[in-house]
Amino acid sequence: MNFRKSEWSAEVVKSKQNGLFVVSIGSLIFFVVLICLLILADIFYLLHWGVGIEKFWKILTSPQVLDCLRRSFFTSFIALLLVVATAVPVGYALSRYRFFGHSIINTFVDMPIVLPPVVLGISLLAFFGSPIGNWIKEALQHYGISLVSSVGIVMCQYIVSVSYCIRAMKASFDNVDQRLEHVSLTLGCSQEQTFLRVTLPLARNGLIAGGIMAWARAIGVFGPLMVFVGTGSRVQVMPTKMWLELNVGNIENALVVALVTMAIASIALVIVHYMAPGRKWT
Amino acid sequence: MLKISNTSLRAGDFTVDDINLTVSAKEYFVLMGPTGSGKSLLVKAVCGIIPIQSGRIYIDGKDVTHLEPGKRQIGYVPQNSSLFPHLSVVENIIFPLKIRRVNKKKALEIIAPIVDTLGISSLLKRSTLNLSGGEQQKIALARALSFSPKLLILDEPVSALDEPTRCEICTLLKTTQQDFSITTIHICHNMEEARIVSDRLAIISQGRILQMDTLENMIDHPQAEIVKNILRLKDKK
Repeated sequence: MNFRKSEWSAEVVKSKQNGLFVVSIGSLIFFVVLICLLILADIFYLLHWGVGIEKFWKILTSPQVLDCLRRSFFTSFIALLLVVATAVPVGYALSRYRFFGHSIINTFVDMPIVLPPVVLGISLLAFFGSPIGNWIKEALQHYGISLVSSVGIVMCQYIVSVSYCIRAMKASFDNVDQRLEHVSLTLGCSQEQTFLRVTLPLARNGLIAGGIMAWARAIGVFGPLMVFVGTGSRVQVMPTKMWLELNVGNIENALVVALVTMAIASIALVIVHYMAPGRKWT
Repeated sequence: MLKISNTSLRAGDFTVDDINLTVSAKEYFVLMGPTGSGKSLLVKAVCGIIPIQSGRIYIDGKDVTHLEPGKRQIGYVPQNSSLFPHLSVVENIIFPLKIRRVNKKKALEIIAPIVDTLGISSLLKRSTLNLSGGEQQKIALARALSFSPKLLILDEPVSALDEPTRCEICTLLKTTQQDFSITTIHICHNMEEARIVSDRLAIISQGRILQMDTLENMIDHPQAEIVKNILRLKDKK
């Protein structure tokens, strides 16, 4: 539709008189301003206390913070691998097969999303106090592996983030046209080849988006870590480091780690946005 | 060549009952019927995509009833685009050959006569996303022919195309079938399509085959009122 300038202005004025327009756009502006204010508040706080780029860099590259960053990246990457290895087959099963109790299981898979994270930590603690958990703990200890280590961190990160990736994978597999899988089968592929050569490549965007979402969630896990592995120097990751620095009054150090976490989350969100399931191949 | 014997299948509440059908080698056989008559269901069962309840399916005398789809040697072209969007045109066409571990150079040699016959050499390097409906169906046909299947199944291959393109593709389908001497089953609900391509046709309605003959014989001697309706024949006075 082509508007002359005066007609277009009239349309804008008319739509601005619409109550729904005012409420929805007003809410949107409020929310965007709120997020921007939170980020800017961190930056202004740092500047107020004399933390310039040089000091920011010094805090960021201090051995303790670097150690936490390294541990956070390492454990969340291992958790991501485990999450993807779980989410791909589980998402496929939920998308493609109908079985007794499907809808209940489909809902159950979302449980870690809706539960408060600290509950997951308590549940992990309870599990490793049970006979089965004790047996696993002893088996790990036999190989010199303690739960109060990167292993425990990975467990917490995995349990908190896996549901996000399963949900993204299911949505992606739902979007793959089953006719293409049928054609692939008739062209000579086995079920497994069809999955690897057709289904998975077509669900690629969902896999990347779900993986990044899960990774961002894993790197920010706090509550379960406090309950399950504590805050010892060998198990400190970025969220626990922030909390510890706050507790001893080093707000600047906590804010530096917070800003790094925000930057990572922002990059993850941008990638997720461009890789969302349903985006067409262009 | 293809023998469907006492075959029944079910999809939800719909059943296809006791189908007996024989298609000779190198024959162009048309399966015609209204929407929801069970045509697509039947060919999907022949392809092995859906299981049958009872009966037997033979291809070249071999019982393929419980064989997996990829081992039945059937080239299947469904309605609308069935091209893999993550692959280019040429990658789509050589897809079945890559599965059979044919190297790319050899695969390109194998598909050359098919590409020539279908006149699609200019499309090979293009993405599948900006092809017309007719071009997409030609590529899907080339892909289905690339591994020299024993049987070609076309499930309403031109129903999504406009009238002139539909006639052009139907003529191309017939010449391709003759050039490659391949047994073909073509599903449609349009008599013009059947007139261009068919050696013989079967009319199917509500999961049952009502009549099987050449189009000319069927027009002269329709055996049921519904056959007349499907063929849109007027009563002779």
